[in-house]
Amino acid sequence: MTTPLLEVQDLTIAFPTPGGGSAEVVSELGFALPPGGSLGIVGESGSGKSMTSLAVMGLLPKGARLAGRIRLAGEDIAGLPDRRMRAIRGDRIAMVFQDPLSSLNPYYAVGFQIEEAYRAHRPRATRREARRVAVEAMERVHIPDAARRAGHYPHQFSGGMRQRVMIAIALSTEPDLLIADEPTTALDVTVQAQILALLREIRRDTGTGLVLITHDLAVVSEMVDDVVVMRAGRCVEHAPVARLFSDPQHAYTRALLDAVPRLDDEVGELRTVRAAAPDTPREGER
Amino acid sequence: MTVLPTELEVVEKSAPPATAGGAPGGRSLRALVRDPGAALAGGYILLIVLMALFAPLIVRLSGWGPYEFDQQAIDPDLAGVPLGGWGGAGADHWFGVEPGSGRDIFARIVYGARVSMLIALSATALTTLLGVVLGMLAGYFGGRVDWVISRVMDFLMAFPALIFMIAILSALPAGNRSVMLVVVISLFGWPYLARVVRGQTMSLAQREFVEAARASGAGSATIVFREILPNLRSTIIVLTTLAVPGYIGTEAGLSFLGVGVVPPTPSWGQMIASSVNWYSVVPSYFAIPGAFLFLLVLSFTVLGDRLRAFLDPGGLR
Amino acid sequence: MARYLLARLSGVVLILVLVCLFTFTVFFVLSPDPAVQICGKNCNPELIERIRGNLGLDEPLFTQFTTFLGGLFAGRAYGTGEGAVECAAPCLGYSFQSSQPVWEMITERLPVTVTVAVGAAVLWLLAGVVGGLVGALRQGTWWDRGAMVIALSGLSIPNYVFALVLQYVLVVELEWLPFPQAVTLADDPALWFQSYLMPWIVLAFAYASVYARLTRANVIDTLEENFVRTARAKGLPRGQVIRRHALRPALTPVATIFGMDFAGLLGGALITEKVFGINGVGKMTADAIGRNDQPVIMGVTLLAAAFVVVGNVVVDLVYTALDPRVRLTVA
Repeated sequence: MTTPLLEVQDLTIAFPTPGGGSAEVVSELGFALPPGGSLGIVGESGSGKSMTSLAVMGLLPKGARLAGRIRLAGEDIAGLPDRRMRAIRGDRIAMVFQDPLSSLNPYYAVGFQIEEAYRAHRPRATRREARRVAVEAMERVHIPDAARRAGHYPHQFSGGMRQRVMIAIALSTEPDLLIADEPTTALDVTVQAQILALLREIRRDTGTGLVLITHDLAVVSEMVDDVVVMRAGRCVEHAPVARLFSDPQHAYTRALLDAVPRLDDEVGELRTVRAAAPDTPREGER
Repeated sequence: MTVLPTELEVVEKSAPPATAGGAPGGRSLRALVRDPGAALAGGYILLIVLMALFAPLIVRLSGWGPYEFDQQAIDPDLAGVPLGGWGGAGADHWFGVEPGSGRDIFARIVYGARVSMLIALSATALTTLLGVVLGMLAGYFGGRVDWVISRVMDFLMAFPALIFMIAILSALPAGNRSVMLVVVISLFGWPYLARVVRGQTMSLAQREFVEAARASGAGSATIVFREILPNLRSTIIVLTTLAVPGYIGTEAGLSFLGVGVVPPTPSWGQMIASSVNWYSVVPSYFAIPGAFLFLLVLSFTVLGDRLRAFLDPGGLR
Repeated sequence: MARYLLARLSGVVLILVLVCLFTFTVFFVLSPDPAVQICGKNCNPELIERIRGNLGLDEPLFTQFTTFLGGLFAGRAYGTGEGAVECAAPCLGYSFQSSQPVWEMITERLPVTVTVAVGAAVLWLLAGVVGGLVGALRQGTWWDRGAMVIALSGLSIPNYVFALVLQYVLVVELEWLPFPQAVTLADDPALWFQSYLMPWIVLAFAYASVYARLTRANVIDTLEENFVRTARAKGLPRGQVIRRHALRPALTPVATIFGMDFAGLLGGALITEKVFGINGVGKMTADAIGRNDQPVIMGVTLLAAAFVVVGNVVVDLVYTALDPRVRLTVA
């Protein structure tokens, strides 16, 4: 068996609470991703899925306590000093965030923001070479007129185009692993489909591994091989995507599946998930 | 340079979005009292207020009135330098005496507190009234009303306020200086409050509970005063507390420059102005009113900062 | 661009005319007897009569106002025949107490005030931004607390009190600095620096405090932005993340406020120059207040307003250069 590209074992993330105790947002999570493989992490907001991705990136907020192992191609990167983690971030693992407008710096042209990612890991690259890479990356994510658009600022792009820029930033260094955290949540439905198609195309062409984080089971169904269903920081089900849809083992997974609107749905109403997350701090709360 | 509008801009930038029915309850008040900085600041302000209120009684206790000349306490051969060290401070004159005239500094500080507090608080009351009413009008009615009020605010805020105040005060005949100071300070002060109130009123007017009141047939006046005003309470408390130190400083600065409170009425700024010629010989003459003034401005600033932290529902940075 | 500037400039002219009208109203309409007021404290009936005639105070108010405006652009003469005085454009008024046009009095002293203002501005920008940065990046440490306590005192101490304290401690007690003297940089650089050091510090302190608090708040807010997280996710070194991605957005508003504050600095120079006896426009104005030399006060008021109005336009232009999202539009 080959070494997994990403292997997470017993990952636990906790935050101190005002009373002096601590709250676990992720508990004993484990999964593995083979090179070039794809994994979906599904759960409601507050289930700890975003924290998991930030832990892999080494970008947990201050004060977070982390236990367990995160292995990248066999090397444990959990709790690496920031200086060493920096060489991995953006180069071997790249990340695409949820809201492309706020995730791009409004003060710089998008071309520059792509170049910057490339040059951070290719210190000897010239500006011209970086610019060429940036334009290529923009072409690869199908931004028309890339050479000219590289000089434009984020506010001059549409939501979908901005997310393409974010993906171009991630691709510029040809990472082994791409983490996409709710990459389509902030976008219109038609644009969502385009971005998902783009991600599939990139995986096909480059063979990069993908961790796709979403609250939407419909999204993972056509994107990934395996799915981890998270709830309140724990993995409730881990299965290949086909089996998860045909034969869900856990009641919570079934509830999630029921909440996915389907065209052949006979009951003409939207179902919601009743089993809400227990009382733990939500993502983004500090 | 006693008016620092940029400080209020900092407030505005982070001014809390008012929450529906968000009452600054007893909880935050208790937390405020427990905060040592806020408690000290509040204590000092209370002390000065009491001093101002009971000035005649206190002065009777200390023995010298603010207008009495004590020729025994100064040295006529040395141009009136106070006799004894520390500016002539002692059992007789607690804070010493004024060089040249021999007036009791303690009594003048006590009466000066009256002037400073009266002017600063009146100016605060007037700016709050103007700022809240005009800000709510602009924010609630929008359109032409908003345009006119906003242009006037832009106009007033675009000016070097201190120089304009000086111009007005020096051009107008000396009348009741205190009233004129209050009017002039308020004239240039209200737009900073009104701007914030306008913005918050605009967002509140869109909220469901205001819609509901409107749908149930409430008139504009009822909506503005019953529904919107209570939700602006925290903002108004914080902004006015932060405005008071500016007004105290402005009054003292104008008096220092000679266009504020006229002698012999004592004012801290004016005491400092007259100490300029003596500062190397009798440093306590500027140090005492200077310290009282500094601490009062500091206390209001600290209290305003803490109030902002406690009253803001979102936790302000 | 050209259209924008044209629209903006006509707005500026309109505001300046309004300022003139306002100032004119204060000094000539609300005043019970402008001639007596303008004559000042050391006055005699003949001088009052002369001033009354020279200013044309018997004319209708509107005529007086247009003459006043005309003087600004084309210059004017006060009175006719003997006792008439010339006031070349831009005529901000004529000081009958100093027997000199106000514009001349101002231009003679402006270099000194500019020296005070520029030095103070450099100082407060450095101290304010560095203090705020230290506070933001070392949030919650003693560095942060120390910087913020100093900033709080800077906000609270009136500058004339601070000036007296500094002068007493540094000059009288410790004798580290000489009394400020009127020397130029060319004459004696060391003494020049020593003379201006205290005025710079005093004028800068309050502004530095505001800037430190503003910078700290802005940097802390910006560090929470998603795009800073993106920058970190790219693997950029911490220094680059802060310099490029946090500082630029955080300092852009500071830069625009700086423009306004610098333009409005004349008010602060008033007190600082008076306390240190530096013979600039500020001290001239403070002295004019003491003598009730109204033409001087009025002239300085107009000049100060002009600075602020022009400063406003400059700030807007600079802002468009600093923030790519802002485009010049004709309102």
